[in-house]
Amino acid sequence: MDTFIQQLINGLSLGSVYALVALGYTMVYGIINLLNFAHGDVYMVGAFVGYYIILNFNLSFLPALILTMLITGILGLVIYQVAYRPLRNSTRIASLITAIGMSYLLQNGMIYIAGPQTRSFPQVINNQLYKFGSIQISTMQLLMLVTTVLLMVSLQLIVQKTKFGKAMRAVSNDPEAAQLMGIHSNQVISFTFFLGSMLAGAGGMLVGMYYNTITPTMGVGPGLKAFIAAVVGGIGSVPGAMLGGYLIGIIEVMISAFGNSMIRDAVVYFILIVILLVRPSGILGKYEPEKV
Amino acid sequence: MKIFNRTNIGWLVLIILTYIAIEGLTFVGIIDPFYEITVVNIFINIILAVGLNLIVGFSGQLSLGHAGFMAIGAYMTGILLNYMPNQTGFIISIIAGMFLSGLVALIVGIPTLRLKGDYFAIATLGASEIIRVAILNLPDITNGAVGISGIPLMADWRFAYFVAVLTILMVTNYIRSSPGRATISIREDEIAAESLSIQTTYYKNIAFLMGAMTAALAGSIHASYFGVINPGQFTFNKSIDVLIIVVFGGIGSVTGSIVAAIALGIINVYLQQFGALRMIVYALVLILIMIFRPSGLMGNIEFSLSHLFKRPQDVPGSIENMEQEKGI
Repeated sequence: MDTFIQQLINGLSLGSVYALVALGYTMVYGIINLLNFAHGDVYMVGAFVGYYIILNFNLSFLPALILTMLITGILGLVIYQVAYRPLRNSTRIASLITAIGMSYLLQNGMIYIAGPQTRSFPQVINNQLYKFGSIQISTMQLLMLVTTVLLMVSLQLIVQKTKFGKAMRAVSNDPEAAQLMGIHSNQVISFTFFLGSMLAGAGGMLVGMYYNTITPTMGVGPGLKAFIAAVVGGIGSVPGAMLGGYLIGIIEVMISAFGNSMIRDAVVYFILIVILLVRPSGILGKYEPEKV
Repeated sequence: MKIFNRTNIGWLVLIILTYIAIEGLTFVGIIDPFYEITVVNIFINIILAVGLNLIVGFSGQLSLGHAGFMAIGAYMTGILLNYMPNQTGFIISIIAGMFLSGLVALIVGIPTLRLKGDYFAIATLGASEIIRVAILNLPDITNGAVGISGIPLMADWRFAYFVAVLTILMVTNYIRSSPGRATISIREDEIAAESLSIQTTYYKNIAFLMGAMTAALAGSIHASYFGVINPGQFTFNKSIDVLIIVVFGGIGSVTGSIVAAIALGIINVYLQQFGALRMIVYALVLILIMIFRPSGLMGNIEFSLSHLFKRPQDVPGSIENMEQEKGI
């Protein structure tokens, strides 16, 4: 039982990162129906930006996190303006392939700039273990959980309470009608990319600190997992992405702990296919019939 | 219509001439063993790209799992040739690989191709990853992450050429048949096709099935030409490599895929030394093509011999003519 609770805590901290990244997938999909494959690589860029900021400017955790989020947010904005915006009226396959191209570009660009080797992340926090009976939780895990929950709550507030959030919901509901009501849909989409990439950047930096290592290809695996989390939770739904993220994180850790860690990835993909078969709109997503 | 009309004889001559050209170049020594690898790689890529083009370009469904089906074929050949290291074994392994690959394609396709949107892309991505992880985790059969080496070399470039020609013939004939036209209509407008009582799911599944089987075929040739396979060769990146060929050539153009496979194969030989820079150029070109020519370099234009023999307006029912009538 104790091991179970211990693994649950580990799963929650891993899942919180998946949830952060999944939010970006789900928001972008909800608003322009694009599977943004480059999102996992924005997460990777976040880890590298955090690394360089801490290394070169000697900042402490919070300022470094905020700066990283700002930089990745702007990166997301640029990606949208340069690569996706010209394709808003073309076919889905075209924009999907562009997204894959963008993912390749970020990954190989980073390999070219920083080199393919693994780097160790500088320690900025004093990592301690807190023990409650036989269960232990580290400062880093607490920091991850608290940061992600704070970020997710503020995202939910932005989406539900602010004027921009209202505009986002309107555009995702019907872009043309929103435009007719005087909503500048392009600005809203840019803002969505900005928010999503900020969260991914934060996730990247947190994972870099948690696992202590970063590589230019670190975005591929978690990117796909977060994407699966978004689909499982219901793509296009913000609470769904959070739920899916935690779910995938916990399942993954549980399989590693109590089963065979080699089949971890296969199980996650298997869950994805089962969800697609049984409930393609995801756990919290709603089914929308296609209109002519 | 006669089978041996001018166009078909023209194609036949072209096929034979290409064969003689490669044979001659090998004999003279211009194609040395190193370049022969490039040539076979090009043939394998042609098979893969033409098959994927049938799925992506003609039925309009994005598949991100082509490498998974290739892995099935490759491993089937690698494993069966271990027990039966002769030509019969090779043929049996090819058929078995295609069968298994088609079966997996149906298992993935029948439920997910009913759905509209991007679910199919996600499911194929998941399926190919599951195949790869399964191969990694069955060390008794597949030798795990190390892979299989020392596979008897049954395929040479002649066999690869023969299979590539056969695949191209099969796919081009299929898309010109009545079911093929139905498949194209799904790409153009799924709802309109459905309202004309075309069973969209059925034709999408056939296209996916054929694509998956040709991928397995390419995998078998890959296994028994190079003799070494491991799960690392069949990752998501391999699927993307094939997709890049399809996109370069034109989504929905068989000749485009062939030209792109040849061009990229040759360019790759020279770009090999640049490493990461090569991938950056690849990525940039991919994005730029999509932004400026979303239907790929050649669009859905086919190179056609009958056009060289006759003028376009004489060819009834050609795609170009229909497009002219529609005013595209």
